[in-house]
Amino acid sequence: MKSRKIAFLGLLIALAFVLSYVEMLLPINIGIPGAKVGLANLVIMVALYAIGEKNAFILSVVRVVLVGLTFGNLAMMIYSLAGAMLSFAAMFIAKRIKLFSVTGVSVIGGVFHNLGQIIVAIIVLDTASLIYYFPFLVVVGTVSGIVIGIISGMIIERFKKNNFGF
Amino acid sequence: MKKNDIILIISILVITLVAVLGLNIWQRQNTNDSAMAVVIIDGEEYASYSLSVNRTETIELPDGSYNVLKISDGYAEVTEASCRDQICVNHFHIHYSGETIVCLPNKVVVEIVGGEEDDVDGFTN
Repeated sequence: MKSRKIAFLGLLIALAFVLSYVEMLLPINIGIPGAKVGLANLVIMVALYAIGEKNAFILSVVRVVLVGLTFGNLAMMIYSLAGAMLSFAAMFIAKRIKLFSVTGVSVIGGVFHNLGQIIVAIIVLDTASLIYYFPFLVVVGTVSGIVIGIISGMIIERFKKNNFGF
Repeated sequence: MKKNDIILIISILVITLVAVLGLNIWQRQNTNDSAMAVVIIDGEEYASYSLSVNRTETIELPDGSYNVLKISDGYAEVTEASCRDQICVNHFHIHYSGETIVCLPNKVVVEIVGGEEDDVDGFTN
């Protein structure tokens, strides 16, 4: 079963990588720095529920490093890493306290991802007034979190039904 | 979706709405005729321009990248930039104290500073 799990993790990393790229191609630009749909979070949500928290964490880190090395630069990698780490920690806690379903966990992940990015931007640019963007980023994070949560909920359900669990 | 999820989503949105409204009122009260657009590069103040004078300034950086700042009718906006993502160009124009336009790749921040507190007549728009 173990090799099957590794293969599946590799598959998910590839998928998250591709989704990150697709997101870059999307011409969504609402004039707020750091606002993202977070398509890759879909894969991380599925991994979190299907192959365990440890593997989901590995997936999350590897994705950021891969995308940063391929399409971005070091600065971009630090931004996304901060967002990814904070969002993962928040989702991990939200999942553990068992108060929320997949959608709630995903919303928390989306909000904290944007929070992490804006904190790094404030530190890098040394401009505290960037916090003004935060309310807008929260709304973007919530809306995309709901959508990602509903979709990943459907995927996780099918995943379990088809007895693909490891 | 569980009931808790819906409570979570609604409370996030309500808190944000209240915060935005509060911020907006605060910004309007802190903006007056002497508001300035302050250009900050990499944390250091580069220049500041009064919002009451129409002008177009090119902010040039040592590495050759640039941002074009346009001030007209009390609003500041970035009309052109050398960066890849163009978020600053697509950003809506800014006017109220505390509003910012950010160009992350160039580390350029344009921020509105309300200026001296006007004790006779507050300027609202």
